[in-house]
Amino acid sequence: MRAETPFVALERVSLTYAGEGGGTLAVEGLDLAIARGEFAAVVGPSGCGKSTLMKLVTGLAPASAGSVSVGGHRVAGPLKIVGMAFQNPTLLPWRTTLDNVLLPLEIVAPHRASFRRERARHVERARALLATVGLAGFEDKYPWQLSGGMQQRASLCRALIHEPELLMLDEPFAALDAFTREELWGVLQELWLARRFTCILVTHDLREAVYLADTVHVMSARPGRIIATRAIDLPRPRTLEGSFGPHFVDLVHELRGRIAAARSEG
Amino acid sequence: MTALLRAEGVSRVLPGPQPVTLVRDIDFALGAGEFVAVTGPSGSGKSSLLYLLGLLDRPTVGRVAIEGRDTAGMSDDELAGLRLARLGFVFQFHFLLPEFTTLDNLLIPMRRLGRWGEAEREERARALLASLGMAEAADKLPEQLSGGMRQRAAIARALANDPALLLADEPTGNLDTRNARIVFDIFERLVAEQGRSVVVVTHDQEQAARAPRQVRLVDGRIVHDSGA
Repeated sequence: MRAETPFVALERVSLTYAGEGGGTLAVEGLDLAIARGEFAAVVGPSGCGKSTLMKLVTGLAPASAGSVSVGGHRVAGPLKIVGMAFQNPTLLPWRTTLDNVLLPLEIVAPHRASFRRERARHVERARALLATVGLAGFEDKYPWQLSGGMQQRASLCRALIHEPELLMLDEPFAALDAFTREELWGVLQELWLARRFTCILVTHDLREAVYLADTVHVMSARPGRIIATRAIDLPRPRTLEGSFGPHFVDLVHELRGRIAAARSEG
Repeated sequence: MTALLRAEGVSRVLPGPQPVTLVRDIDFALGAGEFVAVTGPSGSGKSSLLYLLGLLDRPTVGRVAIEGRDTAGMSDDELAGLRLARLGFVFQFHFLLPEFTTLDNLLIPMRRLGRWGEAEREERARALLASLGMAEAADKLPEQLSGGMRQRAAIARALANDPALLLADEPTGNLDTRNARIVFDIFERLVAEQGRSVVVVTHDQEQAARAPRQVRLVDGRIVHDSGA
Protein backbone atom coordinates (compact mmCIF):
# COMPACT_ATOMS: atom_id res chain seq x y z
CA MET A 1 0.00 0.00 0.00
CA ARG A 2 1.35 3.43 -0.91
CA ALA A 3 1.95 5.77 1.99
CA GLU A 4 -0.48 8.38 0.68
CA THR A 5 -3.40 5.94 0.42
CA PRO A 6 -5.97 7.02 3.00
CA PHE A 7 -6.77 4.53 5.77
CA VAL A 8 -10.47 5.29 5.49
CA ALA A 9 -11.80 6.26 2.07
CA LEU A 10 -15.35 6.95 0.97
CA GLU A 11 -15.85 7.72 -2.70
CA ARG A 12 -19.13 9.02 -4.08
CA VAL A 13 -21.08 7.07 -1.51
CA SER A 14 -24.87 7.13 -1.38
CA LEU A 15 -27.15 5.31 1.00
CA THR A 16 -30.91 5.08 0.76
CA TYR A 17 -32.89 3.66 3.66
CA ALA A 18 -35.77 1.52 2.46
CA GLY A 19 -39.21 2.90 3.24
CA GLU A 20 -42.41 4.18 1.77
CA GLY A 21 -42.27 6.39 -1.32
CA GLY A 22 -38.86 5.17 -2.50
CA GLY A 23 -37.12 5.43 0.86
CA THR A 24 -34.96 8.11 2.44
CA LEU A 25 -31.75 9.29 0.84
CA ALA A 26 -29.52 9.62 3.90
CA VAL A 27 -26.21 10.48 2.23
CA GLU A 28 -25.38 11.23 -1.39
CA GLY A 29 -22.10 11.75 -3.22
CA LEU A 30 -20.15 11.47 0.02
CA ASP A 31 -16.37 11.78 -0.32
CA LEU A 32 -14.11 11.45 2.69
CA ALA A 33 -10.46 10.49 3.18
CA ILE A 34 -8.79 9.94 6.54
CA ALA A 35 -5.11 9.10 6.94
CA ARG A 36 -3.78 6.33 9.16
CA GLY A 37 -3.35 7.61 12.70
CA GLU A 38 -5.41 10.73 12.04
CA PHE A 39 -8.06 12.03 14.44
CA ALA A 40 -11.03 13.15 12.33
CA ALA A 41 -14.24 14.75 13.54
CA VAL A 42 -17.47 14.93 11.58
CA VAL A 43 -19.92 17.68 12.49
CA GLY A 44 -23.18 18.81 10.97
CA PRO A 45 -26.78 19.81 11.59
CA SER A 46 -28.95 17.17 13.26
CA GLY A 47 -30.33 14.58 10.88
CA CYS A 48 -27.53 15.17 8.39
CA GLY A 49 -26.48 11.54 8.25
CA LYS A 50 -23.54 11.60 10.67
CA SER A 51 -24.61 8.30 12.18
CA THR A 52 -25.11 6.86 8.71
CA LEU A 53 -21.49 7.72 7.99
CA MET A 54 -20.47 5.71 11.07
CA LYS A 55 -22.47 2.72 9.87
CA LEU A 56 -21.00 2.92 6.38
CA VAL A 57 -17.42 2.95 7.62
CA THR A 58 -17.93 0.09 10.08
CA GLY A 59 -19.88 -2.02 7.61
CA LEU A 60 -23.06 -1.94 9.69
CA ALA A 61 -24.86 -0.53 6.67
CA PRO A 62 -23.92 -1.26 3.04
CA ALA A 63 -23.60 1.64 0.59
CA SER A 64 -26.28 1.84 -2.07
CA ALA A 65 -23.69 3.33 -4.45
CA GLY A 66 -20.01 4.27 -4.37
CA SER A 67 -17.24 2.59 -2.44
CA VAL A 68 -16.11 2.43 1.18
CA SER A 69 -12.68 1.10 2.05
CA VAL A 70 -10.77 0.75 5.30
CA GLY A 71 -7.11 -0.22 5.47
CA GLY A 72 -7.04 -0.68 1.69
CA HIS A 73 -9.87 -3.23 1.73
CA ARG A 74 -13.35 -2.63 0.47
CA VAL A 75 -15.89 -2.80 3.33
CA ALA A 76 -18.41 -5.56 2.64
CA GLY A 77 -19.67 -6.44 6.13
CA PRO A 78 -19.14 -5.56 9.78
CA LEU A 79 -15.46 -4.80 10.39
CA LYS A 80 -13.52 -6.62 13.08
CA ILE A 81 -10.71 -4.08 13.41
CA VAL A 82 -12.94 -1.37 14.84
CA GLY A 83 -13.57 -0.28 18.40
CA MET A 84 -16.75 1.67 19.03
CA ALA A 85 -18.32 3.81 21.69
CA PHE A 86 -21.76 5.35 21.65
CA GLN A 87 -23.90 7.84 23.51
CA ASN A 88 -26.20 5.07 24.73
CA PRO A 89 -25.03 2.80 27.52
CA THR A 90 -23.63 -0.43 26.17
CA LEU A 91 -21.93 -1.73 29.30
CA LEU A 92 -23.73 -4.87 30.44
CA PRO A 93 -25.28 -4.22 33.88
CA TRP A 94 -24.61 -7.76 35.12
CA ARG A 95 -20.88 -7.63 34.40
CA THR A 96 -18.29 -5.78 36.44
CA THR A 97 -16.35 -2.94 34.84
CA LEU A 98 -13.40 -5.26 34.30
CA ASP A 99 -15.53 -7.98 32.69
CA ASN A 100 -17.17 -5.39 30.45
CA VAL A 101 -13.78 -4.16 29.27
CA LEU A 102 -12.71 -7.74 28.52
CA LEU A 103 -15.80 -8.39 26.41
CA PRO A 104 -14.37 -7.74 22.93
CA LEU A 105 -11.57 -10.22 23.63
CA GLU A 106 -14.20 -12.90 24.23
CA ILE A 107 -15.85 -12.22 20.87
CA VAL A 108 -13.34 -10.87 18.39
CA ALA A 109 -10.89 -13.07 16.50
CA PRO A 110 -8.04 -13.77 16.99
CA HIS A 111 -8.31 -13.21 20.77
CA ARG A 112 -11.43 -15.37 21.16
CA ALA A 113 -9.69 -18.67 20.62
CA SER A 114 -7.09 -18.07 23.30
CA PHE A 115 -9.15 -15.97 25.70
CA ARG A 116 -9.56 -18.56 28.45
CA ARG A 117 -5.93 -19.64 28.30
CA GLU A 118 -4.59 -16.11 28.38
CA ARG A 119 -7.15 -14.57 30.68
CA ALA A 120 -4.61 -13.54 33.32
CA ARG A 121 -2.61 -11.56 30.77
CA HIS A 122 -5.74 -9.89 29.39
CA VAL A 123 -6.93 -8.99 32.89
CA GLU A 124 -3.61 -7.32 33.56
CA ARG A 125 -3.90 -5.29 30.37
CA ALA A 126 -7.49 -4.31 31.13
CA ARG A 127 -6.52 -3.15 34.63
CA ALA A 128 -3.65 -1.08 33.22
CA LEU A 129 -5.96 0.51 30.65
CA LEU A 130 -8.60 1.30 33.28
CA ALA A 131 -5.88 2.89 35.41
CA THR A 132 -4.87 5.21 32.56
CA VAL A 133 -8.41 6.64 32.44
CA GLY A 134 -8.57 7.05 36.22
CA LEU A 135 -10.63 3.96 36.99
CA ALA A 136 -8.11 2.06 39.11
CA GLY A 137 -10.02 0.65 42.07
CA PHE A 138 -13.32 0.49 40.16
CA GLU A 139 -12.62 -2.76 38.30
CA ASP A 140 -15.04 -4.79 40.41
CA LYS A 141 -17.86 -2.24 40.41
CA TYR A 142 -20.90 -2.70 38.21
CA PRO A 143 -21.76 -0.05 35.61
CA TRP A 144 -24.78 1.07 37.60
CA GLN A 145 -22.48 1.83 40.51
CA LEU A 146 -20.48 4.27 38.36
CA SER A 147 -21.28 7.85 37.33
CA GLY A 148 -22.12 8.56 33.69
CA GLY A 149 -18.63 9.93 33.07
CA MET A 150 -17.01 6.87 34.62
CA GLN A 151 -19.20 4.62 32.48
CA GLN A 152 -18.00 6.40 29.35
CA ARG A 153 -14.38 6.07 30.48
CA ALA A 154 -14.98 2.35 30.83
CA SER A 155 -16.67 2.30 27.41
CA LEU A 156 -13.55 3.87 25.89
CA CYS A 157 -11.46 1.14 27.49
CA ARG A 158 -13.81 -1.51 26.13
CA ALA A 159 -13.51 0.01 22.67
CA LEU A 160 -9.71 -0.02 22.85
CA ILE A 161 -8.86 -3.24 24.71
CA HIS A 162 -8.40 -5.30 21.55
CA GLU A 163 -6.16 -2.56 20.13
CA PRO A 164 -8.31 -1.80 17.10
CA GLU A 165 -6.76 0.12 14.23
CA LEU A 166 -9.85 2.29 14.01
CA LEU A 167 -11.89 3.85 16.81
CA MET A 168 -15.39 5.08 15.96
CA LEU A 169 -17.07 7.42 18.41
CA ASP A 170 -20.73 8.31 17.88
CA GLU A 171 -21.46 11.30 20.14
CA PRO A 172 -19.92 9.45 23.04
CA PHE A 173 -20.08 12.35 25.50
CA ALA A 174 -23.40 13.90 24.44
CA ALA A 175 -25.31 12.61 27.46
CA LEU A 176 -22.80 13.96 29.98
CA ASP A 177 -22.78 17.29 31.80
CA ALA A 178 -20.44 19.97 30.42
CA PHE A 179 -17.73 19.56 33.09
CA THR A 180 -17.56 15.81 32.75
CA ARG A 181 -17.58 16.11 28.97
CA GLU A 182 -14.61 18.49 28.96
CA GLU A 183 -12.77 16.25 31.40
CA LEU A 184 -13.22 13.30 29.04
CA TRP A 185 -11.83 15.26 26.08
CA GLY A 186 -8.56 15.26 28.01
CA VAL A 187 -8.83 11.53 28.74
CA LEU A 188 -9.50 10.70 25.09
CA GLN A 189 -6.71 12.94 23.83
CA GLU A 190 -4.27 11.26 26.19
CA LEU A 191 -5.28 7.79 24.98
CA TRP A 192 -4.92 8.88 21.37
CA LEU A 193 -1.53 10.55 21.89
CA ALA A 194 -0.24 7.35 23.51
CA ARG A 195 -1.67 4.90 20.96
CA ARG A 196 -2.27 6.86 17.74
CA PHE A 197 -5.16 4.78 16.47
CA THR A 198 -7.15 6.25 13.58
CA CYS A 199 -10.24 7.87 15.06
CA ILE A 200 -13.52 9.16 13.66
CA LEU A 201 -15.58 11.21 16.09
CA VAL A 202 -19.13 12.14 15.20
CA THR A 203 -20.33 15.04 17.31
CA HIS A 204 -22.54 18.10 17.24
CA ASP A 205 -20.28 19.85 19.75
CA LEU A 206 -17.95 22.12 17.76
CA ARG A 207 -15.62 22.82 20.69
CA GLU A 208 -15.28 19.08 21.18
CA ALA A 209 -14.40 18.64 17.50
CA VAL A 210 -11.79 21.41 17.55
CA TYR A 211 -10.28 20.28 20.86
CA LEU A 212 -9.80 16.69 19.69
CA ALA A 213 -9.43 16.52 15.93
CA ASP A 214 -6.64 16.99 13.40
CA THR A 215 -9.29 17.57 10.77
CA VAL A 216 -12.94 18.58 11.06
CA HIS A 217 -15.36 17.64 8.28
CA VAL A 218 -18.65 19.49 7.98
CA MET A 219 -21.65 17.63 6.61
CA SER A 220 -24.56 19.23 4.79
CA ALA A 221 -28.22 18.78 5.68
CA ARG A 222 -29.79 15.57 4.39
CA PRO A 223 -28.88 14.04 2.04
CA GLY A 224 -25.52 14.42 3.73
CA ARG A 225 -22.23 15.05 2.00
CA ILE A 226 -19.01 16.73 3.11
CA ILE A 227 -19.21 20.43 2.29
CA ALA A 228 -16.10 21.65 4.12
CA THR A 229 -12.92 20.18 5.55
CA ARG A 230 -10.88 22.21 8.03
CA ALA A 231 -7.43 21.26 9.32
CA ILE A 232 -7.03 22.11 13.01
CA ASP A 233 -3.49 23.42 13.38
CA LEU A 234 -3.51 23.82 17.17
CA PRO A 235 -0.48 22.32 18.94
CA ARG A 236 -0.88 19.24 21.15
CA PRO A 237 -1.50 18.38 23.84
CA ARG A 238 -4.45 20.74 23.78
CA THR A 239 -5.81 22.09 27.02
CA LEU A 240 -9.10 23.39 28.30
CA GLU A 241 -7.48 26.79 28.91
CA GLY A 242 -6.35 26.76 25.28
CA SER A 243 -9.94 26.24 24.17
CA PHE A 244 -10.66 29.80 25.27
CA GLY A 245 -7.73 31.24 23.26
CA PRO A 246 -8.41 33.41 20.19
CA HIS A 247 -7.33 30.91 17.51
CA PHE A 248 -9.46 28.12 19.02
CA VAL A 249 -12.44 30.44 19.28
CA ASP A 250 -11.95 31.57 15.68
CA LEU A 251 -11.93 27.97 14.46
CA VAL A 252 -15.16 27.19 16.32
CA HIS A 253 -16.70 30.37 14.95
CA GLU A 254 -15.71 29.49 11.40
CA LEU A 255 -17.18 25.99 11.69
CA ARG A 256 -20.36 27.39 13.18
CA GLY A 257 -20.70 29.60 10.10
CA ARG A 258 -20.28 26.61 7.80
CA ILE A 259 -22.98 24.69 9.65
CA ALA A 260 -25.35 27.64 9.59
CA ALA A 261 -24.85 27.74 5.83
CA ALA A 262 -25.47 23.98 5.62
CA ARG A 263 -28.69 24.31 7.60
CA SER A 264 -30.08 27.14 5.48
CA GLU A 265 -29.36 25.09 2.35
CA GLY A 266 -31.45 22.22 3.70
CA MET B 1 -39.36 -27.49 49.94
CA THR B 2 -36.19 -25.70 48.99
CA ALA B 3 -37.02 -22.36 47.46
CA LEU B 4 -35.33 -21.41 44.21
CA LEU B 5 -34.49 -18.11 45.80
CA ARG B 6 -34.90 -16.96 49.39
CA ALA B 7 -34.23 -13.59 51.01
CA GLU B 8 -34.32 -13.46 54.80
CA GLY B 9 -34.28 -10.25 56.79
CA VAL B 10 -32.56 -8.41 53.97
CA SER B 11 -31.78 -4.71 54.24
CA ARG B 12 -29.50 -2.69 52.02
CA VAL B 13 -28.07 0.55 53.34
CA LEU B 14 -25.84 2.87 51.35
CA PRO B 15 -23.19 4.07 53.78
CA GLY B 16 -22.23 7.71 54.10
CA PRO B 17 -22.61 10.69 56.41
CA GLN B 18 -26.35 10.26 55.94
CA PRO B 19 -26.92 6.56 55.24
CA VAL B 20 -29.67 5.76 52.76
CA THR B 21 -31.79 2.64 53.22
CA LEU B 22 -32.74 1.20 49.84
CA VAL B 23 -34.74 -1.81 51.07
CA ARG B 24 -35.42 -3.05 54.60
CA ASP B 25 -36.53 -6.24 56.35
CA ILE B 26 -37.24 -8.13 53.14
CA ASP B 27 -38.49 -11.69 53.57
CA PHE B 28 -39.20 -13.27 50.23
CA ALA B 29 -39.18 -16.83 48.96
CA LEU B 30 -39.58 -17.75 45.32
CA GLY B 31 -40.46 -21.24 44.12
CA ALA B 32 -39.69 -22.84 40.77
CA GLY B 33 -42.26 -21.91 38.13
CA GLU B 34 -43.44 -18.75 39.88
CA PHE B 35 -44.25 -15.52 38.05
CA VAL B 36 -44.01 -12.45 40.28
CA ALA B 37 -44.64 -8.80 39.50
CA VAL B 38 -42.99 -6.24 41.78
CA THR B 39 -44.66 -2.85 41.78
CA GLY B 40 -44.41 0.31 43.82
CA PRO B 41 -43.86 4.06 43.49
CA SER B 42 -40.60 5.25 41.95
CA GLY B 43 -37.85 5.26 44.54
CA SER B 44 -39.57 2.52 46.54
CA GLY B 45 -36.62 0.17 46.11
CA LYS B 46 -37.93 -2.09 43.32
CA SER B 47 -34.73 -2.08 41.31
CA SER B 48 -32.58 -2.33 44.44
CA LEU B 49 -34.53 -5.45 45.45
CA LEU B 50 -34.08 -6.94 41.98
CA TYR B 51 -30.33 -6.35 42.12
CA LEU B 52 -30.16 -8.10 45.51
CA LEU B 53 -32.24 -11.05 44.33
CA GLY B 54 -30.12 -11.17 41.17
CA LEU B 55 -26.89 -11.41 43.20
CA LEU B 56 -25.63 -8.18 41.64
CA ASP B 57 -25.60 -6.48 45.02
CA ARG B 58 -25.05 -7.77 48.56
CA PRO B 59 -27.33 -7.15 51.53
CA THR B 60 -26.06 -4.98 54.38
CA VAL B 61 -27.87 -7.32 56.78
CA GLY B 62 -29.78 -10.53 56.14
CA ARG B 63 -29.05 -13.22 53.62
CA VAL B 64 -29.95 -14.37 50.13
CA ALA B 65 -29.88 -18.05 49.23
CA ILE B 66 -30.24 -19.58 45.80
CA GLU B 67 -31.26 -23.22 45.43
CA GLY B 68 -30.52 -23.68 49.12
CA ARG B 69 -27.02 -22.20 48.98
CA ASP B 70 -26.34 -19.17 51.10
CA THR B 71 -24.57 -16.56 48.98
CA ALA B 72 -23.14 -14.50 51.85
CA GLY B 73 -19.79 -16.28 51.96
CA MET B 74 -19.35 -16.48 48.20
CA SER B 75 -16.65 -14.55 46.37
CA ASP B 76 -17.56 -12.14 43.60
CA ASP B 77 -16.34 -14.69 41.05
CA GLU B 78 -18.58 -17.39 42.54
CA LEU B 79 -21.57 -15.04 42.37
CA ALA B 80 -20.74 -14.17 38.76
CA GLY B 81 -20.59 -17.89 37.96
CA LEU B 82 -23.97 -18.50 39.59
CA ARG B 83 -25.53 -15.60 37.71
CA LEU B 84 -24.11 -16.81 34.43
CA ALA B 85 -25.47 -20.33 34.87
CA ARG B 86 -28.74 -19.84 36.76
CA LEU B 87 -30.00 -16.26 36.22
CA GLY B 88 -30.97 -14.16 33.23
CA PHE B 89 -31.40 -10.38 33.19
CA VAL B 90 -33.51 -8.05 31.09
CA PHE B 91 -33.58 -4.28 31.52
CA GLN B 92 -35.47 -1.35 30.04
CA PHE B 93 -32.62 -0.78 27.60
CA HIS B 94 -31.73 -3.84 25.54
CA PHE B 95 -27.93 -3.66 26.03
CA LEU B 96 -27.30 -5.58 22.82
CA LEU B 97 -23.84 -4.81 21.51
CA PRO B 98 -24.46 -2.79 18.34
CA GLU B 99 -21.43 -4.02 16.43
CA PHE B 100 -22.44 -7.69 16.65
CA THR B 101 -25.30 -9.68 15.17
CA THR B 102 -28.15 -10.96 17.31
CA LEU B 103 -26.63 -14.43 17.11
CA ASP B 104 -23.24 -13.19 18.31
CA ASN B 105 -24.93 -11.35 21.15
CA LEU B 106 -26.55 -14.61 22.26
CA LEU B 107 -23.27 -16.48 21.94
CA ILE B 108 -21.45 -14.14 24.36
CA PRO B 109 -22.85 -15.63 27.59
CA MET B 110 -22.85 -19.13 26.08
CA ARG B 111 -19.16 -18.97 25.24
CA ARG B 112 -18.41 -17.65 28.68
CA LEU B 113 -20.28 -20.50 30.34
CA GLY B 114 -18.63 -23.03 28.05
CA ARG B 115 -21.22 -25.75 28.64
CA TRP B 116 -21.61 -26.53 24.94
CA GLY B 117 -19.28 -26.63 21.92
CA GLU B 118 -19.45 -23.87 19.29
CA ALA B 119 -21.64 -25.79 16.85
CA GLU B 120 -24.15 -26.71 19.55
CA ARG B 121 -24.11 -23.18 20.91
CA GLU B 122 -25.07 -21.77 17.56
CA GLU B 123 -27.77 -24.40 17.04
CA ARG B 124 -29.23 -23.64 20.48
CA ALA B 125 -29.09 -19.88 19.93
CA ARG B 126 -30.87 -20.15 16.59
CA ALA B 127 -33.51 -22.46 18.04
CA LEU B 128 -34.05 -20.08 20.93
CA LEU B 129 -34.54 -17.14 18.58
CA ALA B 130 -36.93 -19.21 16.46
CA SER B 131 -38.96 -20.11 19.56
CA LEU B 132 -39.44 -16.39 20.16
CA GLY B 133 -40.51 -15.84 16.56
CA MET B 134 -37.24 -14.22 15.55
CA ALA B 135 -35.42 -16.81 13.44
CA GLU B 136 -34.77 -14.21 10.76
CA ALA B 137 -33.16 -11.82 13.27
CA ALA B 138 -30.20 -14.10 13.98
CA ASP B 139 -27.85 -12.66 11.38
CA LYS B 140 -29.04 -9.08 11.64
CA LEU B 141 -27.51 -6.30 13.69
CA PRO B 142 -29.52 -4.79 16.56
CA GLU B 143 -29.67 -1.63 14.45
CA GLN B 144 -31.69 -3.49 11.83
CA LEU B 145 -34.34 -4.70 14.28
CA SER B 146 -37.43 -2.88 15.53
CA GLY B 147 -37.56 -1.83 19.19
CA GLY B 148 -39.82 -4.73 20.06
CA MET B 149 -37.55 -7.22 18.30
CA ARG B 150 -34.50 -5.82 20.07
CA GLN B 151 -36.09 -6.37 23.44
CA ARG B 152 -37.06 -9.92 22.44
CA ALA B 153 -33.47 -10.50 21.36
CA ALA B 154 -32.39 -9.26 24.80
CA ILE B 155 -34.78 -11.78 26.37
CA ALA B 156 -33.32 -14.51 24.15
CA ARG B 157 -29.83 -13.60 25.33
CA ALA B 158 -31.03 -13.73 28.96
CA LEU B 159 -32.30 -17.28 28.26
CA ALA B 160 -29.22 -18.41 26.36
CA ASN B 161 -27.72 -20.39 29.24
CA ASP B 162 -31.04 -21.98 30.20
CA PRO B 163 -31.48 -20.08 33.51
CA ALA B 164 -33.89 -21.12 36.26
CA LEU B 165 -34.85 -17.52 36.94
CA LEU B 166 -35.37 -14.50 34.73
CA LEU B 167 -35.14 -11.07 36.40
CA ALA B 168 -36.56 -8.15 34.48
CA ASP B 169 -36.34 -4.47 35.45
CA GLU B 170 -38.97 -2.39 33.61
CA PRO B 171 -38.56 -4.55 30.49
CA THR B 172 -41.46 -2.86 28.69
CA GLY B 173 -40.55 0.72 29.64
CA ASN B 174 -39.45 1.58 26.09
CA LEU B 175 -42.13 -0.42 24.28
CA ASP B 176 -45.58 0.30 22.90
CA THR B 177 -48.59 -1.59 24.24
CA ARG B 178 -48.49 -4.32 21.63
CA ASN B 179 -44.82 -5.10 22.16
CA ALA B 180 -45.24 -4.88 25.94
CA ARG B 181 -47.96 -7.53 25.65
CA ILE B 182 -45.66 -9.74 23.56
CA VAL B 183 -42.98 -9.53 26.23
CA PHE B 184 -45.42 -10.57 28.96
CA ASP B 185 -46.76 -13.36 26.68
CA ILE B 186 -43.19 -14.66 26.55
CA PHE B 187 -42.83 -14.47 30.34
CA GLU B 188 -46.06 -16.46 30.76
CA ARG B 189 -44.77 -19.13 28.40
CA LEU B 190 -41.43 -19.39 30.16
CA VAL B 191 -43.28 -20.11 33.38
CA ALA B 192 -46.13 -22.30 32.09
CA GLU B 193 -44.27 -24.33 29.47
CA GLN B 194 -40.72 -24.39 30.76
CA GLY B 195 -41.13 -24.16 34.52
CA ARG B 196 -38.82 -21.18 34.84
CA SER B 197 -39.43 -18.45 37.37
CA VAL B 198 -39.82 -14.81 36.40
CA VAL B 199 -39.57 -11.74 38.61
CA VAL B 200 -40.50 -8.55 36.82
CA VAL B 201 -40.30 -5.01 38.18
CA THR B 202 -42.80 -2.80 36.43
CA HIS B 203 -44.82 0.37 36.92
CA ASP B 204 -47.34 -0.85 34.34
CA GLN B 205 -50.26 -2.00 36.50
CA GLU B 206 -52.10 -3.62 33.61
CA GLN B 207 -49.15 -5.85 32.69
CA ALA B 208 -48.32 -6.50 36.34
CA ALA B 209 -51.82 -7.88 36.88
CA ARG B 210 -50.97 -10.75 34.53
CA ALA B 211 -48.53 -12.19 37.05
CA PRO B 212 -50.20 -14.64 39.45
CA ARG B 213 -48.21 -13.25 42.37
CA GLN B 214 -48.01 -9.56 43.23
CA VAL B 215 -45.45 -7.92 45.48
CA ARG B 216 -45.79 -4.26 46.37
CA LEU B 217 -42.99 -2.13 47.77
CA VAL B 218 -43.30 1.19 49.57
CA ASP B 219 -40.30 2.95 51.11
CA GLY B 220 -38.14 -0.14 50.69
CA ARG B 221 -40.53 -2.49 52.50
CA ILE B 222 -42.81 -5.17 51.14
CA VAL B 223 -46.26 -3.90 52.07
CA HIS B 224 -48.16 -6.57 50.18
CA ASP B 225 -47.26 -10.02 48.87
CA SER B 226 -50.15 -12.03 47.46
CA GLY B 227 -48.07 -15.20 47.57
CA ALA B 228 -46.58 -14.97 51.06
